[in-house]
Amino acid sequence: MSTLDSYVAEWKRAKQVRPGASSLERISQTAFDAFLIHGFPTTREEEWRFTSVAPIADSAFALVTEPRTAGLDIAHLRLPGGPAAELVFVDGRYVAGLSQVGSLPHGVRAENLASAIATPDEALASYLTRVAPFDRSPFVALNTAFLIDGALVELAAGTILQRPIHLLFLATGRNNGRTTMAHPRVLTVLGANSQATIVETYAGPSATGYFTNTVTEIVLAENAVLDHYMRQYEGTGAHHVGAIYARAQRSANCTLNAINAGGALVRNDVFATLDGEGIDCTLNGLYLADEQRLVDNHTTIDHAQPHCASHELYKGILADRARGIFNGKIIVRPDAQKTDAKQTNRALLLSEDAQINTKPQLEIFANDVKCTHGAAVGQLDDEAMFYLRSRGLSAAHARQLLIHAFAADVLNRLPLESIRADVEFRLQQQLTAKLRAA
Amino acid sequence: MLRVTNLHAAAAGREILRGIDLSIDAGEVHAIMGPNGSGKSTLARVLAGHPEYQVTGGEVLYDGQDLLAMDPETRARLGVFMAFQYPVEIPGVNNAYFLKAALNAIRAQRGREELDAVEFMTFVRERMHALDIDETLLNRPVNEGFSGGEKKRNEIFQMAVLEPRLGVLDETDSGLDIDALKIVASGVNAMRQADRAFLLVTHYQRLLNYVVPDFVHVLADGRIVRSGGKELALELEEKGYGWIEAPVG
Repeated sequence: MSTLDSYVAEWKRAKQVRPGASSLERISQTAFDAFLIHGFPTTREEEWRFTSVAPIADSAFALVTEPRTAGLDIAHLRLPGGPAAELVFVDGRYVAGLSQVGSLPHGVRAENLASAIATPDEALASYLTRVAPFDRSPFVALNTAFLIDGALVELAAGTILQRPIHLLFLATGRNNGRTTMAHPRVLTVLGANSQATIVETYAGPSATGYFTNTVTEIVLAENAVLDHYMRQYEGTGAHHVGAIYARAQRSANCTLNAINAGGALVRNDVFATLDGEGIDCTLNGLYLADEQRLVDNHTTIDHAQPHCASHELYKGILADRARGIFNGKIIVRPDAQKTDAKQTNRALLLSEDAQINTKPQLEIFANDVKCTHGAAVGQLDDEAMFYLRSRGLSAAHARQLLIHAFAADVLNRLPLESIRADVEFRLQQQLTAKLRAA
Repeated sequence: MLRVTNLHAAAAGREILRGIDLSIDAGEVHAIMGPNGSGKSTLARVLAGHPEYQVTGGEVLYDGQDLLAMDPETRARLGVFMAFQYPVEIPGVNNAYFLKAALNAIRAQRGREELDAVEFMTFVRERMHALDIDETLLNRPVNEGFSGGEKKRNEIFQMAVLEPRLGVLDETDSGLDIDALKIVASGVNAMRQADRAFLLVTHYQRLLNYVVPDFVHVLADGRIVRSGGKELALELEEKGYGWIEAPVG
């Protein structure tokens, strides 16, 4: 049986558990057809030149319809500081018993898609599967074909949610002797003048090469303010493919933060479409990889309207034989005069064998714009190392300080204090053991 | 305390030190003078363990131990401190965090318990005042955006906090105006005591008006060509280095 056959079999199982909504049924069918026709992308395609998804394409993963939650320890993954709501998903399915929803402020909706789909809803009808086009990416098509559950976060116009909403997606890795996959979907719709902080966390065990394929759709109405975090803490053997599509309207403020610390094969796409005047868009990224792991970040900021500003800073730390890919595209459409776009990406290579491929792509069709981009790849500064050691710090401690210093400006740009502390802790934990050994 | 015997060192394949002999006892202040390129700074950096230099011959004993076999942090923990000629800017590393980590690493070596944040602040505050250092400097990244004078004073401040047994000052006086020079000098003088020694590497005699050395050595072409008392510095000031260049042999 080819792996595509196995996807057909799993897709039929997905169909059986999908909540009854005929419109989704059709979209799932269309998306699956699109996926089958195209198949998995290959390195002959420009967008996938440096990233072979063969480890995913060559495996037959099992869809989990009844996740097992016994013995799952998620305490360390819960968001510190008390979120407004915490929705927990295991192998892509919502688990009410692990979630903490409580009473949300008036105008705020945070629930799982499977139950939200069951009743007709304007936001769902208008936006679900409509912000992330599945005809351009086989993985989005696959996610759409397998859409059975995920999260819906919706804020009514004028609603200010002070505490963050946490969406935690956990993989178990094995189910009935088979390696698992999950295709979670998140839809976030922020009404005019509303404000929210949303954290998505992806995690799982390191022992199996499970597959997580996520799609997040974000819609920001006029003046809406979103601070969004994607924490990718997958197990070290995992395959993680994720796409975030954000569409913002006039004067919205959109911050998309991507922390990638796990996974063996990781690909993230971020698309931000600035579809109104006066939008402010910030993309922050920090990624860590060691051993033979690969982390690929593709970002696209589409300046479709005038007077928008975008600020992008991505930083990577690569050790051992790890590979990083950064591709940052900025499109400035003919109408988008007075665009102010700044893109920076830097990579720190901790070993001779670590590699980074970095490519800025500016497509500018307007003439009165300010666009800057800069890329730098470097190693730890020998003089700084010596300076720290000459004061009594061990080589490992000195390295750790300098790596932390490298990451500091991205960390300082993360507005949510609890996330900053958590990422710093992860960074330290992950690198300390490595540096002691070095 | 320090016994340097026939020390040879090279950088990038070029020999810079060609047989240094130097003996420093506890309580003494030695000055090393010499023209540019004579190897003064190389000597300081070799003593601190800078990886850029290869020791190609000779021996350095520190309290009877083989100093050259130790990594830089071990030297620091055993009480060797070098004030850098060009202190390194390290963006993103907080000065206070760094200094506290350094102090505690050295205290651990000496069998003393670590200082917590409050104890550390009390400990450093007094020393900052003595060196006329603004307290906000502690919360800034190490040396980043410091003026030349601030960087040099910060080196002496670190020395005052870390309380080394052997302080090596690599042209700490260069680039300082007279007021800053006096502050640096008084910082060093305040630390002079019977169980501590200093090696002052300097191009000019000026510093030695304020920190009066017990011995002055003149380095030329990688060797010590003259040694004497503090008068030697004055003689150099008068006559320049021209008369003292060693014949290369």
